Amino acid sequence: LLFSRQGKLRLQKWFTPLTDREKKKVIRDMMMLVLARPPRSCNFLQWRDLKIVYKRYASLYFCAGLEDKDNELLALEVLHRYVELLDKYFGNVCELDIIFNFEKAYFILDEFLMGGEILETSKLAVGVSMEEADTLQETMEEYMSKPAY
Amino acid sequence: MALPRMPAPIRLRELIRTIRTARTQAEEREMIQKECAAIRSSFREEDNTYRCRNVAKLLYMHMLGYPAHFGQLECLKLIASQKFTDKRIGYLGAMLLLDERQDVHLLMTNCIKNDLNHSTQYVQGLALCTLGCMGSSEMCRDLAGEVEKLLKTSNSYLRKKAALCAVHVIRKVPELMEMFLPATKNLLSEKNHGVLHTSVVLLTEMCERSPDMLAHFRKNEKLVPQLVRILKNLIMSGYSPEHDVSGISDPFLQVRILRLLRILGKGDDDSSEAMNDILAQVATNTETSKNVGNAILYETVLTIMDIKSESGLRVLAINILGRFLLNNDKNIRYVALTSLLKTVQTDHNAVQRHRSTIVDCLKDLDVSIKRRAMELSFALVNGNNIRGMMKELLYFLDSCDPEFKADCASGVFLAAEKYAPSKRWHIDTIMRVLTTAGSYVRDDSVPNLIQLITNSVEMHAYTVQRLYKALLDDISQQPLVQVASWCIGEYGDLLVSGQCEEEEPIQVTEDEVLDVLEGLLVSNLSTPVTRGYALTAIMKLSTRFTSVNRIKKVVSIYGSSIDVELQQRAVEYNALFKKYDHMRPALLERMPIMEKTASNGPTEIVQTNGEAEPSVVEAKHPPPVTQPTNQANDLLDLLGGNDVVPVIQTTVPTKPASAGGELLDLLGDLSLSGGPAPAPATSVPSSQPAFLLDGLTSPPLFNDIAAAGIPPMTAYNKNGLKIDFTFERANPNPNIAVITIHASNSTEADMTDFVFQAAVPKTFQLQLLSPSSNVVPTLNQGTVTQVIRVLNPQKQQLRMRIKLTYTHKGSAVQDLAEVNNFPPQSWQ
Repeated sequence: LLFSRQGKLRLQKWFTPLTDREKKKVIRDMMMLVLARPPRSCNFLQWRDLKIVYKRYASLYFCAGLEDKDNELLALEVLHRYVELLDKYFGNVCELDIIFNFEKAYFILDEFLMGGEILETSKLAVGVSMEEADTLQETMEEYMSKPAY
Repeated sequence: MALPRMPAPIRLRELIRTIRTARTQAEEREMIQKECAAIRSSFREEDNTYRCRNVAKLLYMHMLGYPAHFGQLECLKLIASQKFTDKRIGYLGAMLLLDERQDVHLLMTNCIKNDLNHSTQYVQGLALCTLGCMGSSEMCRDLAGEVEKLLKTSNSYLRKKAALCAVHVIRKVPELMEMFLPATKNLLSEKNHGVLHTSVVLLTEMCERSPDMLAHFRKNEKLVPQLVRILKNLIMSGYSPEHDVSGISDPFLQVRILRLLRILGKGDDDSSEAMNDILAQVATNTETSKNVGNAILYETVLTIMDIKSESGLRVLAINILGRFLLNNDKNIRYVALTSLLKTVQTDHNAVQRHRSTIVDCLKDLDVSIKRRAMELSFALVNGNNIRGMMKELLYFLDSCDPEFKADCASGVFLAAEKYAPSKRWHIDTIMRVLTTAGSYVRDDSVPNLIQLITNSVEMHAYTVQRLYKALLDDISQQPLVQVASWCIGEYGDLLVSGQCEEEEPIQVTEDEVLDVLEGLLVSNLSTPVTRGYALTAIMKLSTRFTSVNRIKKVVSIYGSSIDVELQQRAVEYNALFKKYDHMRPALLERMPIMEKTASNGPTEIVQTNGEAEPSVVEAKHPPPVTQPTNQANDLLDLLGGNDVVPVIQTTVPTKPASAGGELLDLLGDLSLSGGPAPAPATSVPSSQPAFLLDGLTSPPLFNDIAAAGIPPMTAYNKNGLKIDFTFERANPNPNIAVITIHASNSTEADMTDFVFQAAVPKTFQLQLLSPSSNVVPTLNQGTVTQVIRVLNPQKQQLRMRIKLTYTHKGSAVQDLAEVNNFPPQSWQ
């Protein structure tokens, strides 16, 4: 989940099937728990049977739910890697980029993770895939980084 | 003639911009509704050109929280389109809006199949991705073959996606695992890190799910050596910019390999041996200055602890955790505490070495860390370190947040019980907890503590003295007050006589003690339960102190207390003074040492999902004697249920045997046949009214309803509970009114645990027989009946106070009411 300090959702990726209502509840709970944390707390907390890892980048909170056997410290690295990928693609990414180009954010995520697991560990490779896929888009307009859909 | 075309739907970015200008939620909703309407009509027109744009907008609105289900079919159309742009948005929409619950996904299967065989790898990639994220079991079954094919391709882009897709397929349909086995043969010989990583994930999934697979990979494939080699190369190889994270080469892959090694090595000596070296190497050579390095070390430690590693390696692992504890980074400290919690059972001694660091963590500012440190501290307490540890834990109890206090207090009690070096220390510790965190102590600890105290016979004087002093200071913490009152009641004589050996005995008079107890009774801070304890304590002192008159006065005052429980006790005690004074000493004797009836479970931390929770809460079951102070009442309550004035005759020990039997019959069943002999009248002062005993051979009296002719009345009607009284006159004694209560429930939920209690003024006597049941069924489907007999020799106007308790829809309800509307015929 990506959400802002004001509690606005910017991106959601679910790897287990939940009903819409359940998803909304989880989102609400996560926002409540994470936004309430004091500034210099530990980045991990326990919620039901999941380990929640979150990190704040500027005005956005990146929040992930892990299973028990997953490595929390590594999850922080995963979050960081995703931010790096976004940064490379958009060039100094900021929250507005993600708002206006949310579908791109999803495409990038889908080149990095699949089914909750890491797909590609090379930053370069992800960048290349995105570039090439973008060229396949049918019109010049749609190819450019800030297309007018 | 062409229909006039609608204007082109607005662009996605424009829509986003517009919506963001909305200043209120209502404004936003309006914009969205307008746009949705436009999109819907556009969908109806089957417009191919702008479908993609519209679905993209819909997805944005969906993220804001608005319903978007009408776009589901459109996503499918987009997926079926030839344009890449369409497919991209279509598949995204499918992943966001559809999941296996909907039926629409079945329609996707064919599209995905086609796309899996598409000439463009990016289209194939989209299909694999979507299938791997939200594919249902049916879809997986249908398409597994295609995925397997792609797993064998030489195209690394597709291979890695196929691997993770296979993981999803196996998770959904475990039976298909076999089919992927051949393809895994040379997955690990790939150079491409993406493929390597996803292959390790696939192998991990297979090994975790099937012990057969696990065995196969261990023996036949020689997986361990392969993994060790790859890991070694990663560590030894030079800088690779592509995979580098803060100077470490592909940490994601390293961690995944370590995890797979863990599974392979668990319980298997050969495998474990083969990986010892590499684990030691990783553990000692990894850079620890950044989070990345620590992530790898963390995984390494977890692996070392799980496999059959040699002891040197284990010590190394625990030392790493010890170092983590000293790290400035909170996350690392947290992770260390969590891991130590998991290993404290098996490697107790090694963890003990880090005890002081762990205890220091109790003082950390972070809540998550404090909690872990507390749990771990309790796990580390043993006979040797109990004194030191308890000091730290008590200090923690003093200063911690309220959310911890209850758990900490329970933990302290358990630890103290197990390892107390001396009784006095134990009592002191209990005192400390009660005085510092008294209000957070769990209710069930009070009986436990009382039991502990009775068991330490030689400490009684000391205990009561300390408790008394504590009461003088502070009467607000209820558990402390309750335990203290109980002790004073039991051991008040020791207190007054100044017998304490352990410390300087204090000078206190009987009056001072009674002052304190009476103070509890009137204080606003005392709960009803506490008041009960206090009153009973006062009563017990009547056999231990000499100032009996004062006690009698107090007891009789409370005979008319509004609190029905208190009133009941007071009246019973009063009766004890008046009529059964000879029984009083026996009843109020010192309590015997209580047997511990329930097993006290170990303080072990219970492992659940690897997250350890102290079982301190569940392990202790309070002894069945919930109110030891009620022992005096129990005798009197024997047959009466909830009487105010008990049936006195039954407790008189000196009555002829024959009459005794009939008395018991009387109360067990409603008919009065064979009335009990009036023999008790000879041993009881003649002023006592012959309750129900007149008439040795009186016929059943309950059938004389018509003779009475007293109209029934509604005594209570509130919250759906209605209680009606019907009357009969009990012949031959016209002074006795027999009232049958009928309780009915008009709400839609049953009222369970229903208890009816009644109290009458002093000039009356009341007997309450057993109720027909304690569940008042819903919607007036039945009634609970209960018989009350009221003796009214002075023919005074009948008044009654009733107390109702029951559980309704999960919550406890209690109500008191006055019944004043008795028909005159019932008492004249």
